[in-house]
Formats: sequence, C-alpha cells, structure tokens
Amino acid sequence: MEHGIVQHSLIIVAIMTSLGIIFGLVLAYANKKMAIEVNPLIHVVEDVLPKGQCGACGFAGCMAYAEAVVNNPDVAPNLCIPGKAAVAKLVGDLTGKSAAEVEPRIAQVRCAGNHTKAVKSNEYHGVEDCVAANLLFGGHKSCKYGCLGLGTCVKGCPFNAMTMSEDGLPIIDPDKCTGCGKCETICPKKVIAMMPIGASVRVNCNSHDKGPVAKKACGAACIGCTLCMKECPHGAIKMDNSLAVVDAKVCMEKCNDPVCLAKCPTKAIRKAVLGVVPGNEETETVA
Amino acid sequence: MMEYFTLFMGAVIVNNFVLTRFLGLCIFFGVSKSLSASVGMGMAVASILTVSSALAWVVYNFVLVPYDLVFLKIVVFVVLIACFVQFLEIAIKRYAPALYEMWGIYLVLIATNCVVLGVPLINASANFDFIKSVINAFGSGAGFALAIILMASLREKLQYADVPKTLEGLGIAFILAGMLALSFLGFSGMIPL
Repeated sequence: MEHGIVQHSLIIVAIMTSLGIIFGLVLAYANKKMAIEVNPLIHVVEDVLPKGQCGACGFAGCMAYAEAVVNNPDVAPNLCIPGKAAVAKLVGDLTGKSAAEVEPRIAQVRCAGNHTKAVKSNEYHGVEDCVAANLLFGGHKSCKYGCLGLGTCVKGCPFNAMTMSEDGLPIIDPDKCTGCGKCETICPKKVIAMMPIGASVRVNCNSHDKGPVAKKACGAACIGCTLCMKECPHGAIKMDNSLAVVDAKVCMEKCNDPVCLAKCPTKAIRKAVLGVVPGNEETETVA
Repeated sequence: MMEYFTLFMGAVIVNNFVLTRFLGLCIFFGVSKSLSASVGMGMAVASILTVSSALAWVVYNFVLVPYDLVFLKIVVFVVLIACFVQFLEIAIKRYAPALYEMWGIYLVLIATNCVVLGVPLINASANFDFIKSVINAFGSGAGFALAIILMASLREKLQYADVPKTLEGLGIAFILAGMLALSFLGFSGMIPL
C-alpha cells in the first residue's frame, strides 16, 4: 500500500514536470521562431514627440505616428502640428527625411453669439456637453450653426489651452494652443476651425442662413450682404451660402489695410486678435 | 443533432456565464464602455474559449484521467490556458498584425479570466465528450459576447443620460447589469444543464 502511494506521487511529479517542460518548450520555440524585430528608432522618435496624443498627424497617437514615420518612407516628418518646427526638424534628422516647414496655426472660434447676442430657442437643462445638447433639436440657440457654449472643446483640449468665458464662448490661449485641431473634430457644430497665425482678419460667424434668418437669430451674425467681398481689393473674400469666407493666405500676403473691417454692417468681420472672446477684439485691444 | 442545439442555446442564453452565473465580471465591466472594444473582446473570448476547451478536453481525458490525476485539473488547466494564450499572442503578432491590433490588450486579460477556466472545469465535471465540450465552450463564449455587447450598447447610451452624481460610472453600470441579469433570469430552468 505504501509502495502505491509513493509510486503515485512520483507519477504526479513526473507528469506535472513533463507538462511544464512541454508548455515551456512550445512557448520558447514560438518566441524564437516568431519573433518580430522592433526598430529601436521608433522609441527614440516617440520620445521626441510631445505626447498630447491629439491625433493631429492623422495617426491614432504619438506611438502610431512614430511607427509610421520610421517604417514608411512616404510619411512626412512634419505632420506633428503641436510639435511645430522644432519637432519636425528633430524627427526629420532622426529618420533621415527632409522636413518641410510646419505652418503655425491656431484654433479660432467662428462665432460671436454670446448670451446677450444670440437668441435662445429653448432652455437646456441637461448634461453640460455640446454633443448631448446638439442631439436635442440641434441645441438651445435659434442659430443652428452657433457655439453652444457648454465646453466640450474645453474639456477635450489635450493642452489645456481653452477656457470658457462668462459670455458662453470659449477663449483660446495663444501661448498654449498648438493648433492640433482636436477641438475642430469634437465640436458638434464645427464652429472651431484652424487658422494660420498671422492672419489679419477673421469672420466671427458660422451661419449659412440667409440674411434675415441669421439676423433674427443672432445680433452678431454675418448676414451675407457681400459688401466685404465687393470691397476687398485682393479678392480674398468669397461667399459660401450667405457666409463670408476669408482666404487667410491672400490676406496675409497682400493686405496691409483691411477695408472689409469698416464695411461690415454687423461687425462679423473683425481684426484677428488672439486670446480674446470673439466679438470683443476692439475693446480688449484698447484696454 | 437536437441535443447539440439545446446544449448550445442553453450555454448562450439560459446558463449565460455573465448574467446568470456571474463569472467573468471583471472584463464585463472593464471593457463594456465602448461598443467596438466589447465586440473585439467578445470575439476574442469566444474563440479562445473554444480552442482552450478543446485542448483542456484532450489533456483531461488522455493525461489526467488515465493516471488518476483528476484532482489536479484546476492547476493543469490554468497552466494550459496561460500557455495557449501566450502562444496565440506571439503567433497572431507575427502572422496577423491587424488582428493583434484589435485583440492585443484583451488577449492577456483573458489568460487569467474565470470564464475561460470555468468552462473546461464544467466540461470535465459533466463528463462531456469532445464535440459536446467544444459546443458548450463556443456557446458560453457566444453568450459572453452577447452579454458584453448588450451591456456596451446600454452604457454608450448611458453617457448622455442624467445619472445622479453618486451613481456615476461603475455604480449605475452595476445597477444596469443587475437589471440585465434579472431579465436573463426569466430563461432559467428552461434548459437544465
């Protein structure tokens, strides 16, 4: 009987050991046979990137971009917009690619419809989130293009560059904004757009409604009168369904004296001053 | 044939692992925040469960039973599943990078999951033959996928609901899971295991 127990426990030990050895060998073989070489350069490049994980480069995150820029010769080294020229140069040097210039850009809120100017169509008492508000009849403002002011962009900004003003419009800190475009993608109204730093004028309205409708909904609206388009000597302003659109490049290159500013009857076109609430440009520059 | 079908439906709905036996709750709550992630997770669990149950059946019937080592089945199954998942991770990383992108993080989570260990143990104690084991495992995996996908769809809607401050996040998720489980309890006893 005693003999049986000893024998049985020996069998147990033998079988468990051999199972362990078999499993271990299988894994060791797999690891050796199917190993993938990871280019160490990827991690060096990733260290250089700002790691906001904003996705402005068009990849899923900084790691994904680092992988792509190292492995794929067609991926340009200057896609990291938050990193600006410095990072583009570093990435270019590391990967041996020549870096083109990164055009510095900044987020711009194309709406001046604050609490006093924009007419409300209903009272919203829901979650403090523009996407949620937008799901209910397109939000609580009469203008269906305007900023809802619930701060989805403020919460979504990976660089803490945005704050919500008391007027209910976001302010963008020009020192912190890297122009990554995250706010542009998360804003349900597409009110935020990227503009080149140095542009001289901007249109503080996103409404494509016809003049009377836009005017009725908001005191700050572009009514699509086309005066600015006719006045601009450089042809930098075009109309897109009753909304003036400024070609910032033409503006920056040719224009010294923006006549459009004085002509706009609703003051929807303003001087592009960074870091202020849209619609407050003049007052804030004086002060 | 009918017997297999009943077994399958029983594993998917009546004896749903998550909602009636409350196994695998950690991934059920952890990954059910977004629908796309939960679809990936459900598929990963279903496929791994099927293959690892088949492997466990082979080891159980050809190694453990002949040598009278049935009492060691938990230890052996744990090691077997961990080894298999590890192997699978290495293999798909090499041969199917796209699949790895989708499953990568979930695979390792599965290795230590109680659903994946629970099914081979139940198969062993019920003395299922090979086909029955595989069908039971696949059904359980499909049931898990069903539960987690249902839960994720509900939780995605919940993001825009006005939840009381104290219940935000996991609190309301547990209440929701309780209600889901309650509705699944309506099937109980229809197909006895």
